[in-house]
Amino acid sequence: MTALATLTVTAQKDGDASLRPVPWRRMAWVIWRQHRVALAGVAAALGALAGYVWIIGLQLHHAHAAATTCNPASPTCADLITHFNFMNHVLQGGYALQLVPPLIGAFLAAPLMARELETGTFRYAWTQGFGRWRWTLAKLVALAVVVTAAAGAISVLLSWYYQPYLATGNQNLSLNELSPFALGLFDLRGIALAAWTLVAFAIGGLAGMLIRRVVPAIVATLVAYTGLALVAANFLRQHYLTPLLTSNVNVPGSAWIASQRWTKGGTFAFTSWRNAPNDLLQQCRSIPAGPLAKPSQSTLAQCFAQHGYTQLTRYQPASRFWSFQWIEGGWLLALSALLIAVTVWVVRRRAI
Amino acid sequence: MNVVEASGLGKRYGATRALRECSLAIPAGHVAALVGPNGAGKSTLLNLAVGLSPPSEGGITVLGGRPPGSPAALDGIAFVAQDTPLYRNLSVADMLHLTRNLNRHFDQAHAEARLAELGIPLKRKAGKLSGGQQAQLALSLALARRPRLLLLDEPVAMLDPIARHDFMATVLMAAVDDGVSVVLSSHVLAELERVADYLVLMSQGRVQVAGEVDDLLASHRMLTGPAAGAATYAERPVVHIRRAEVQAHLLVRATADDRVPPGWESHPVGLEELALAYLREPGAAALPGPARGRDAEPSEVTK
Repeated sequence: MTALATLTVTAQKDGDASLRPVPWRRMAWVIWRQHRVALAGVAAALGALAGYVWIIGLQLHHAHAAATTCNPASPTCADLITHFNFMNHVLQGGYALQLVPPLIGAFLAAPLMARELETGTFRYAWTQGFGRWRWTLAKLVALAVVVTAAAGAISVLLSWYYQPYLATGNQNLSLNELSPFALGLFDLRGIALAAWTLVAFAIGGLAGMLIRRVVPAIVATLVAYTGLALVAANFLRQHYLTPLLTSNVNVPGSAWIASQRWTKGGTFAFTSWRNAPNDLLQQCRSIPAGPLAKPSQSTLAQCFAQHGYTQLTRYQPASRFWSFQWIEGGWLLALSALLIAVTVWVVRRRAI
Repeated sequence: MNVVEASGLGKRYGATRALRECSLAIPAGHVAALVGPNGAGKSTLLNLAVGLSPPSEGGITVLGGRPPGSPAALDGIAFVAQDTPLYRNLSVADMLHLTRNLNRHFDQAHAEARLAELGIPLKRKAGKLSGGQQAQLALSLALARRPRLLLLDEPVAMLDPIARHDFMATVLMAAVDDGVSVVLSSHVLAELERVADYLVLMSQGRVQVAGEVDDLLASHRMLTGPAAGAATYAERPVVHIRRAEVQAHLLVRATADDRVPPGWESHPVGLEELALAYLREPGAAALPGPARGRDAEPSEVTK
């Protein structure tokens, strides 16, 4: 055994200076081999969703074309309008599709680090020559790019799907009209869906690293994402740009109304017609109702205006859609980059 | 060159001190056994050496002064962790491919030849292999990286005697044929006697004994004599006293040339005997002199 001590070390004698890191591209096969099942699952789910949206989207576009081109006087036209308005209820507000980013984040990203830590395989992966922070960065960035691109592709399809609801003139025909800023719709079109998917992925990655167990990390990802999405939609988004102020009663249906109030003689009178003084309502009751027998707000408003009231509306015009998209996409991208950087940093100096 | 060198090394997990004031220098070219009871700090020391966790105090370097976890250190060290973690859903061939892709050097032919020799099919999922086969696969992956230092954490704990024997034979072959330095932790003493030529004994987070096995065995004797005389023996430092009905066995720090008191017999000791005696006496220590470690104690400075 003492002979061992005299053995010279013949293996690698090259100096540290010439030590080239293992090339990044070698991670491509590693990522594919380790995550192909999860990626196939995401692809299958998104593919099925795309197929479904495509089929019902064609029906929606046909129904919209039929409802807008029929003769408004004919009785069948009312049926066509009702048909369009009650189509595809599940997708109409866009709320169901809000699940796409968190599900990707929770089921693809959260187990990414958590499974390695839970099963102990990090002791294998992080002691290979590739280096553990590079391993983490390569995995997070490559998979983030893939899922973001997939979500981007889906959002192109969704943009097409929702076109009928955004067409100008829907309101005049009593067709359902959605503002591009509508709560469930804004983040499905443009670049927002891709950006939200990216941030869900980044949240999942960090949660997995911090919590180190798969199931709790999935739950934490869903909770954190939901919180962020609710805060963004309800509190942040309206402040991206200063809203416009108008006294025009006919605010376009595509506008996103931040607040409305009635004034008389420059002072605040009431917020909406529901709070209007009784005598004023009495005087305006005789106004004929709208085509679908709902109390038509626009005619009511005209009546109020005739009595010397002015409606002040603060709103975001539909033309600001892309500005809002870039603002939201921008901060989500920055947040995602930060979360991924934090994950890599935690991996780099994690005390096991 | 020292493959692992630590001075004043300490590691805390919350309030628990897994490792304290460890000073250690394991020279290259040895099969070093890291021995100690469970919780002695063996795994902690290996995790620090491979860079999986940072020390709480003191310092540790590997492969002649490289920081653990640095690219140069990772490149030269192969680590087989406790319970040999593998991706259970990957096939053996995929594990080879994975390891090849993650390292600068990988001897595919060597690994395949070894696996063929062991009768481990390349197409089988890693999770479907027996415990012994999984350990052998992990070892094959590690050796195919052509490391200069092989760190093994409790590699044979889960194996049956035959698998244990085969595993150790492979480790020994790598050490002898390829000049790989090996540090392996174990609480199974019997296996180590055949392979280890350097011993690091740990208990309660401290290094208790460190040195070449031959030197340690040459500097210890087992004295057997009357039980009544055990307490009065004072010729040489006593490590441990084991009393029987009439006789007492004293492990003493002495050489074969040292004088034996009348009525006593002196015997050489075995590695297992030596290790057990020290483990029963956590207060006793046998460490290399002040040449290494002691005077370079940065822990005193950093505290």
